[in-house]
Amino acid sequence: MSALITCSHVDFGYENHDAVIDLTMEINEGDYLCIVGENGSGKSTLIKGLLGLLKPTAGVLDMSGELRRTGIGYLPQQTAAQRDFPATVYEVVISGCLSRRGNRPFYSKKEKKLAMDHMEQLGIADLKGRCYRELSGGQQQRVLIARALCATRQLLILDEPVTGLDPWAIQDFYRLIRKLNKEEHVAVLMVTHDVASVVEQASKILHLKQRVVFYGTTKDYKASQAGRLFLGGETG
Amino acid sequence: MIDLIIEMLSYPFLVRALLGGALVSLCASLLGVSLVLKRYSMIGDGLSHVSFGALSIALALGWSPLKVSIPVVILAAFFLLRITEKGKLRSDAAIAMISASALAVGITATSLTTGMTTDISSYMFGSILAMSPWDVGLAICLCGVVFGLFLLCYNKIFAVTFDENFARATGVKVSWYNVLIAVLTAVTIVLGMRMMGAMLISSLIIFPALTSMRVFKSFRGVVWSSGILSVVCFCIGMAASYRFSTPAGATVVLVNLAAFLLFMGTEALGRLVHSERR
Repeated sequence: MSALITCSHVDFGYENHDAVIDLTMEINEGDYLCIVGENGSGKSTLIKGLLGLLKPTAGVLDMSGELRRTGIGYLPQQTAAQRDFPATVYEVVISGCLSRRGNRPFYSKKEKKLAMDHMEQLGIADLKGRCYRELSGGQQQRVLIARALCATRQLLILDEPVTGLDPWAIQDFYRLIRKLNKEEHVAVLMVTHDVASVVEQASKILHLKQRVVFYGTTKDYKASQAGRLFLGGETG
Repeated sequence: MIDLIIEMLSYPFLVRALLGGALVSLCASLLGVSLVLKRYSMIGDGLSHVSFGALSIALALGWSPLKVSIPVVILAAFFLLRITEKGKLRSDAAIAMISASALAVGITATSLTTGMTTDISSYMFGSILAMSPWDVGLAICLCGVVFGLFLLCYNKIFAVTFDENFARATGVKVSWYNVLIAVLTAVTIVLGMRMMGAMLISSLIIFPALTSMRVFKSFRGVVWSSGILSVVCFCIGMAASYRFSTPAGATVVLVNLAAFLLFMGTEALGRLVHSERR
């Protein structure tokens, strides 16, 4: 098993303020890692750092060659502008192939097939020509996952993916992610507020409060002091 | 109808206005799709006012208007883009402030030197006589660049417009595209402003994209429709302005408004039919 991303003693932050301090962790193939923490604990900053949108101010961030070449499959928080964006499902999904393109202007047959395959896998092939803004929240998430998978099948980074979904769609979403992780061996890194349901899913937990409060397996987290406090009474 | 067109084409200045204006409208509408969808419409408005300020100062000092205003407006485009991207300052308020200030500087500079001449009035509200052969040449070059950009980088423009963060994470040089689009918008505005008027030019950027979004559901559809619509509306507006002796810029904007209402009606009708079928 090889590491996809390795952080050793990494700091991330803006000009004169570090939002993440002394972080050491790694993401391996097939991992399902959840990042939890309160608002302002540095979760979003960490994601930006992992995506390469922010340079580490200290420490070493190492990425496997494959990831560096294709970029990371990323599921961002939805912006207001996207909700009324005129684009078909197909247009959105295939834009995930962009990193494979380099500077060639048009998509090849192979990439078009890749996009179709991923749409079928996620059960949205029949929505191909539909307008993205007319879909339900759960369907939109599926479209964005298909796009992310077009970029890479190695690692998905999800930033608060269930915000704004209804309970049924949330369960559906978790099942889908779990299936991708178990059957397709896609490594998953998820930032979430929905701690209670996530500890049932994830294999590893990173609890962040500027510094690392806890990093380890989900089982150990439930037993740890930090985990018990954060999960409240729900796990006893 | 045919007579009217033949009559119009017999005046060289009208041919220049038609050709140059149509090309500028086309550029504005293509760039506008990206700007409107990214909620950057205010940048177009801000740039047109800065452009007015720069033109008035150039005129007051007796310099060549284009050579002064193109660099100034490009600089302003960089600046406005930065304000909007940072999002720290209230960007809409900041742009409104810059617009008004640039306008005030322009008007003051003019009244101190030459007074409110016809030149200034035509910069505010447009003049059909403004297109020189040199301007038309520049418009052709600009159109070539914008077309090349949309042809070769179409997929990247889509990605950058739809989702900047995802595009950045997959290795697209997002800021580079943002700057390029802002700079091209700046040149488009300077070129079109003297014909359409500083007060009206931003409509060329905003209207076609908004109108197309009423009916078309795909990005490709919106881009094509905006391009075609802008040229059609411009030509109809010019013909109407010639026939009824109305100001060219205002007439073109009114035709655009009519197209918008038409598309909105079509959308509402489509929805009605759709719900009845259910």
